[in-house]
Amino acid sequence: MGNKRIDDPTGTEFVGHEWDGIEELNTPLPRWWLWTFYATIVWAIGFVIVYPAIPMIDRATSGYFGWSSRGQLADELAAEESRRAPIFEAIASTPLAELPFNEELMTQAVAGGAAAFRVHCVQCHGANAAGSEGYPNLTDDEWLWGGNMEEIEYTITHGIRQPGGADTRTSEMPAFGRDGILSGEQVDQVADYVLSLTGRGQGSAAGAELFANNCTVCHGEDGGGLREFGTPSLNDAVWLYGDSREAIRHQVMDPRHGVMPAWEERLDPATIRMLAAYVHSLGGGEDFVEVAADPAVMEPDEQE
Amino acid sequence: MEALTTRAGTWFGLLILAIMAAALAHDSLFAIHMTIVAIATGIGLWWTLYGSSVDVAGNWLRPANDQSKYDDDPVRWGVIATLFWGMAGFAAGLFIALQLAFPELNFEPYLNFGRVRPLHTSAVIFAFGGNALIATSFYVVQRTCRARLAFPGLARFVFWGYQLFIVLAATGYLLGVTQSREYAEPEWYVDLWLTIVWVAYLAVFVGTIVKRKEPHIYVANWFYLAFILTIAMLHIVNNLAVPVSFLGSRSYSLFSGVQDALTQWWYGHNAVGFFLTAGFLAMMYYFVPKQAERPVYSYRLSIIHFWSLIFLYIWAGPHHLHYTALPDWAQTLGMVFSVMLWMPSWGGMINGLMTLNGAWDKIRTDPIIRMMVWALAFYGMSTFEGPLLSIKAVNSMSHYTDWTIGHVHSGALGWNGMITFAALYYLAPRLWGRERLYSLRMVNWHFWLATLGIVFYAASMWVAGMMQGYMWREYGADGYLVNSFAETVSAMWPMYVARAFGGLLYLAGAVIMVVNIWQTIAGKIREEAPLTTAKYNPDADRPAVAEPAE
Repeated sequence: MGNKRIDDPTGTEFVGHEWDGIEELNTPLPRWWLWTFYATIVWAIGFVIVYPAIPMIDRATSGYFGWSSRGQLADELAAEESRRAPIFEAIASTPLAELPFNEELMTQAVAGGAAAFRVHCVQCHGANAAGSEGYPNLTDDEWLWGGNMEEIEYTITHGIRQPGGADTRTSEMPAFGRDGILSGEQVDQVADYVLSLTGRGQGSAAGAELFANNCTVCHGEDGGGLREFGTPSLNDAVWLYGDSREAIRHQVMDPRHGVMPAWEERLDPATIRMLAAYVHSLGGGEDFVEVAADPAVMEPDEQE
Repeated sequence: MEALTTRAGTWFGLLILAIMAAALAHDSLFAIHMTIVAIATGIGLWWTLYGSSVDVAGNWLRPANDQSKYDDDPVRWGVIATLFWGMAGFAAGLFIALQLAFPELNFEPYLNFGRVRPLHTSAVIFAFGGNALIATSFYVVQRTCRARLAFPGLARFVFWGYQLFIVLAATGYLLGVTQSREYAEPEWYVDLWLTIVWVAYLAVFVGTIVKRKEPHIYVANWFYLAFILTIAMLHIVNNLAVPVSFLGSRSYSLFSGVQDALTQWWYGHNAVGFFLTAGFLAMMYYFVPKQAERPVYSYRLSIIHFWSLIFLYIWAGPHHLHYTALPDWAQTLGMVFSVMLWMPSWGGMINGLMTLNGAWDKIRTDPIIRMMVWALAFYGMSTFEGPLLSIKAVNSMSHYTDWTIGHVHSGALGWNGMITFAALYYLAPRLWGRERLYSLRMVNWHFWLATLGIVFYAASMWVAGMMQGYMWREYGADGYLVNSFAETVSAMWPMYVARAFGGLLYLAGAVIMVVNIWQTIAGKIREEAPLTTAKYNPDADRPAVAEPAE
């Protein structure tokens, strides 16, 4: 082998093969390369021994550590759960009316509610809770079903128009146009009258009469909405399905109705309570009537 | 005459079959695809009958009969196809990058992200990369075997058949024909067609090796052969499916649940391993020593790293399914095989880079060498990043984030793109018999635009991916999640814009390459100052020595 040709720049032997002018040097494997390769193999063997790795007949080897990804998840969840348990218990057992006065619990409730909101609620109500067409804005003081913490908790627990829900909040506006209760012309007149409630146009006497006969029973004399029916106010700037004449006409003709799930089926009562506290804290939460009646206890209102 | 009748008859029969399939199709998408097939067979029939009387471009679509030269026509077409599909793939990539930053650019239904994204991945991997691999393999195998292509007619069938596959796949994606398998979206009939083309490719390649005039098989051909064989196996197993109708565009996979997921990632990971790694290493093993005019660094390393790479890669797929329903044992094996793969992958980088021993100065003077070195550097970086990302502790943060996208692109843009560009620059003057490239300075511009583009792309995706991963798992002091998903999306927006900018730079570099090679083919040579560096004067390069006082 000693009479092999030597490559001048590197001083290495040629192997002796040649293809289309390409030759190969007989350089040995770089030591560091080989030893690193061996090291990864040794490490791999060790890893295979301590972690589940080798498939056997009906199960795989479970490894020296006895680790499993399911087990790890269960441990982590259990640890987190036991860490939070006292707070959850306290929140669940504190009467809702008293929660705002317990600053520490309230802080925990709002933080936990915010986290749960990000997971369960943002899909419809948006990351900033401002809603979008058909999905109510939760940051303003317009509430269809009531904006104090108890009402919000009830809404979250039982949902709105949850199919099969015994206690779900429900109401259904008749399809005045589609079902022929009003003629197309009358629908136009009603829509024009509704527009006039927010100072847009005059509306007609016929429209006013139609509104009085058909709409006020649910939406109120002034169109301000009635909480017991969950009806929206028609005399302010907040519109769930749009404020254009066309959108309003569409709602009278063939109304759309939103559905919110009854979260009691998926969340525990403490989490629902935390969600209520969080939504209430967003800016438009209302005080309990009895609290509002006494100015002395207004202070802890988290709005301030 | 008899052969002509047989061939024309075959084309005619296929044409009739395609027309019947289009007419009897169960859905309009299948009808559209069969119409495309009918048009292709119609062109084949017309060419068989009248091709000999057509004299466009010196009749170079016919097999050349000069036995004293290599059979390079399919290579020339392949170079042009690589350029064409490369531009299409890069443009599609830029488009979807912009769609992610500016969602208004989703045009329903044909140009939404969901349809253009597989168009991009398939165009760059299979159309750009695949044509580059087929063309260079035909070039390299002839020269390193000192033999013309076996079965010249079949080689032409491989080229045109592969283009038909690309057209069917691409139109299918936009029309909504997909089996929703990552990197394997084409439906059953397109898969069958590709299988036929691929077996023909294997026959041409192996046939040429069999008739070689060299005693040994060169290392590049080991890699090409591993690529062709393994892709055939992966393609067939991953696409096992039952068509709903033999006249319809839908099928159902033979696998379901986690078995299906594992099959898909066994395929998906080895598409990376054997298409984008083994195949392109084959390119590297020919073009780097040729361009550097140096011998390959280590024959022994090439043997060891070839076999270890081939053996280890095929097991690494499960690392795409960490912390899923895949059993823990399979996840463990996927991870340890990925980590053991690190050094075998790096063997290729070492062998490529160290081939420059004795010619390192060429990095300064030869922009094509610079591209090759950069390609190997990116290859080394992404084959380190891959094992790193396969470690479960890292993966639990990085999985499902844009870090993965950044990882893929530093490999794809840096390694596959750069080594392909370098090979194309090497091939163009030789294939068309030109003295040199139209412009070396334009190669230099391409190099820097591409490099800058990759830096923008990879850096922005690293930042975006890590930010995303950490935001997802961020817990506040009270133990509650801090961020919603939408908040992570809006936080990444600047990174998405930076990524699209990087893509624009990369595309701009590729446009320069297309002009350069186009002019080279046209036989032009740009008058330009040669690439030189500042003069070095060794006499002046020494410290002042105090003169002894007289």
